[in-house]
Amino acid sequence: MTWEDFQAAFLEWSIVVEAWPILQAGLISTILLSVMTVPLGILGGIILAVLSRAESRWVSIPLGIWVDIFRSLPPLVLLIFIYAALPFAGLDLGAWGSVALAFFLNTGSYYAEILRAGLESVPRGQSEAARALGLRPAPIFFLIVLPQAVKNVLPDLVSNTLEVVKLTSLASVVALPELLYQARQAQSVTYNATPVVAAAILYFIMLWPVVRLLSRLENQKIAANR
Amino acid sequence: MTGWDAFVFSFLNLRVLGEYWPSILEGFFVTVELAMLIVVAGLALGLVLAVIRAFGIRPLNWLIIFLVDLFRALPPLVIIVLLYFGLPAAGLSFSGFAATFLSLTLVLAAFSEEIYWAGITAVPHGQTEAARSLGLRFLPVLFLVVLPQALRMVIPPLVNRTIAITKGTALGSVVAVSEILGAAQSSVAFSSNPSPLTLGAIAYLILFLPVVIMGRRIETHFAKPFAR
Repeated sequence: MTWEDFQAAFLEWSIVVEAWPILQAGLISTILLSVMTVPLGILGGIILAVLSRAESRWVSIPLGIWVDIFRSLPPLVLLIFIYAALPFAGLDLGAWGSVALAFFLNTGSYYAEILRAGLESVPRGQSEAARALGLRPAPIFFLIVLPQAVKNVLPDLVSNTLEVVKLTSLASVVALPELLYQARQAQSVTYNATPVVAAAILYFIMLWPVVRLLSRLENQKIAANR
Repeated sequence: MTGWDAFVFSFLNLRVLGEYWPSILEGFFVTVELAMLIVVAGLALGLVLAVIRAFGIRPLNWLIIFLVDLFRALPPLVIIVLLYFGLPAAGLSFSGFAATFLSLTLVLAAFSEEIYWAGITAVPHGQTEAARSLGLRFLPVLFLVVLPQALRMVIPPLVNRTIAITKGTALGSVVAVSEILGAAQSSVAFSSNPSPLTLGAIAYLILFLPVVIMGRRIETHFAKPFAR
């Protein structure tokens, strides 16, 4: 295969121009999907992490099992189950709703594990001191404890958020028209693999800065621990 | 039918499960085989890359860093789709199994290289200096002094990352690999009943729940001596 053949099959600029409206729609859906799923996962994570600090075993043990189950199921399995099986129980959420629920359950459990470790790393004296100053429980949690917890586990939070954005590509399996799905559509219309390569490049452009940031955060953590 | 009966009929239908459990069991072994191949090849390739990086050859290191960044930034499903649906245009055809294996191996190699490298840089420099002053050469210092300490440090993140990437074997269902999810989905299509998906989910729990719990144990076990 010559370079010209390779270019015509994978890096054909005229195909990129032709497929751009389809890819652009996909890119916007991927961004919307990320903007929807990341906060949903963090919300789920905060709820689970706070509940798991409950003193009662009747709360903490079922919660631990819940988190482990959703960390054990591959996210695609969860998504397919919600999308293809739940309608038999009369619960048809559609593609967007299924993705939202699957991400809430799956990524929420991962965020919960990270935030729990973060909350445990904040010394008890912090909330005791805040209470002694007359702060109520909600301000103590959101203004004193949570910011310190987030700071202590920041690399893990960024890393998980990167994974969540990458996971949005799974939505293509349930025909949600995000970037990967649209690229496949464009490939079948143009009979050319260039749109899929273009999608990969778009993912890389979006996520490379996050990967670089992550490397720096991790190196700082190592330097601090040394 | 009452609500409970309807639920059992749809999700735990014994007639359907009786007919289709063998194909899900076959899928179970395909998942195990795929997962083991990925773990072995990915962790080995990652270690090789980290060792090469330790030699400090500039252009080579830039190449490794770029490749590692690339496979950390791309969603695994995009890589699988590219290999399976894209490469035939170059006259290179992969089976779904090979495409999934190759993609996830490269992803695991990238993530594990980064973790191994973090471990190598976390070994205090005095260790290397002491070993050098005892007359050890570069390679013995790397393999006998630095790596053993580095590997011990990185076991927890390595285990957790490996588990997370191994669960990606379910992505194989997208490119026609009859692993657990693929087998369950075709059983659902044949039987018009979603019970095989329930069984598939249970199969994944049987496979991964012990590993996830073990990962947590390892994390707490190894974390303590290094906590500040």
